Amino acid sequence: MTEQAAKYRLTSAICVLLWGFVNSAHGQMGVYMETEDFLETAFPDSEPEVSVIWINNERREVMEEILEHPVNALRISYWVSGDTTAWILDEIGKDKPITIGVVVQGDAIKMIRVLVFREIRGWEVRHPFFTDQFLNSQLTREERQGVGLDRTIDNITGATLSVNALRGVSEIVLFLVQESKT
Amino acid sequence: MHRALLLLPLGIGCLSFGVVAQEAASVEEIIQQQQEQINALQEQIEATAEFLEIGGSSVTQLNRNQLQERSIGSQTSIGGYGEIHYNNLDAKDPTKDTDKIDFHRFVLFFAHEFNDRVSFFSELEVEHSLAGEGKPGEVEIEQAFVQVNLSNEIAIQGGLFVLPVGIINETHEPTTFYGVERNAIESAIVPATWWEGGAQFVGNSASGLSWNAGFHSGLEMYTTGSNAFRVRKGRQKVANAVAKDFAFTGRLRYTGMQGLDVAATWQYQSDPSNKSGDGLDDGILIEAHAIYTSGPFQLRALYAGWEFSGSVVEAANADSQSGFYIEPSWRINERWGVFARIEDVDGAISSDKFEEFRTGLSYYAHPNAVFKFDIANRNYDVVSKAKVSDFNGFNIGMAYQF
Repeated sequence: MTEQAAKYRLTSAICVLLWGFVNSAHGQMGVYMETEDFLETAFPDSEPEVSVIWINNERREVMEEILEHPVNALRISYWVSGDTTAWILDEIGKDKPITIGVVVQGDAIKMIRVLVFREIRGWEVRHPFFTDQFLNSQLTREERQGVGLDRTIDNITGATLSVNALRGVSEIVLFLVQESKT
Repeated sequence: MHRALLLLPLGIGCLSFGVVAQEAASVEEIIQQQQEQINALQEQIEATAEFLEIGGSSVTQLNRNQLQERSIGSQTSIGGYGEIHYNNLDAKDPTKDTDKIDFHRFVLFFAHEFNDRVSFFSELEVEHSLAGEGKPGEVEIEQAFVQVNLSNEIAIQGGLFVLPVGIINETHEPTTFYGVERNAIESAIVPATWWEGGAQFVGNSASGLSWNAGFHSGLEMYTTGSNAFRVRKGRQKVANAVAKDFAFTGRLRYTGMQGLDVAATWQYQSDPSNKSGDGLDDGILIEAHAIYTSGPFQLRALYAGWEFSGSVVEAANADSQSGFYIEPSWRINERWGVFARIEDVDGAISSDKFEEFRTGLSYYAHPNAVFKFDIANRNYDVVSKAKVSDFNGFNIGMAYQF
């Protein structure tokens, strides 16, 4: 067999293999948890009620300071049962929205999950080795630095914007939980 | 008459009652009208709120304007980054001084989601501000690939993609690294930004382990002349590229421990010159890096090395090319960060053999907009080169991404 023929066969075999892979699989990279599953995990023993918090100018100002971009939502829906609330928010990482679910018990984060991840890179933020950093975190208000988490969240190289999105959403949720009690 | 007088109050009373009854009916009507107006306004508020929540679902999108801009009636998104540099470098030979200002990169991303399974991503770049014959810059397509998701963990990318090697090749937005200029290893040894045409599998797992395996076009390195065996000059950029001989790249990356990111890449070039019988037979690249972050402190370290085989490349003493850098940094607060970087490059020719030290700071006006300053010192290994080209100086830059 000549070198040319060997290359042709190798290339053909690789193409057939790739074609087979593409056609045999039908996954949806990015949808990691449906809303129903998230709520069942958040409220295993109770049926939550849907509630709404209106975003007035004062709240919007704080939210925009946290996210460092304009916020236009007029109100935000969430689920509540006892002292536990669950929130699902979309925030853009690099250029596509990441759907993030946050559960707060009292004033601390009990669970944070990436429900849908649509970016090409930065998927690491969905894994427990990253999201575990948020567990039991609470909000602090420092006069000089404004609203923030009570701890440092370690960055992941190549996923900085996704990390920022999760950090921003967790701060927004903790802030709104406090506001919902006033 | 007396009777008439007696009936008068009664008549007045009846008349008054009629007026009062009429007024009461009028008030009731007004209240009903107002209630209807309140109901209508309530409905309008509800409808507006539903609209602003987009989809009226339980998911609230926090940056609606950004989404509307990116949507353009479909699933198409736009992003980008750019950087401008001012270099003021004093060489040993003053004729080799560098005093220039350059809008080094202006980049636009275009992405499109065909559906939940298939998406497209691209990166279009104008380098050095002005492109064309005799001009300093170039217009380049650095990425243009279709990704098909095979499962939650595995996808395949086909088209023109950046290779999974090094730290900045895939993530080269200038707000993500310190220093006005990129590090020199990932220029001379790993020729970032380095893209090829072909296909690659990408996978990840909940343990934090991810992998890439790609089959793609190869280098076309010179084997003669002043740029002989320089890897960077061998990039074909998928522009009518010679595709007689292909290459394979595989990478393993682990990010499963908080604050740690380690990765290793192995690449095989079946013929780095894409020309048989020229004394450059094949090449293997090994790259490994680690990034450790603890609070505001970060340490980056990278090593990359080539081993080429062939009589001519060995005779030219360019068969082994390598380099490393170490970069500690400290993010003082949300706005300020400082760093230092030591590099050692041992490339193909005297221009690619040097040690460099760089230190500086970054001011983040916004997480995606940064101003940079650094001072740099480079010492070449080859004495004749060092006598004229060793330099000291400073650089100022501005960079953004969105």
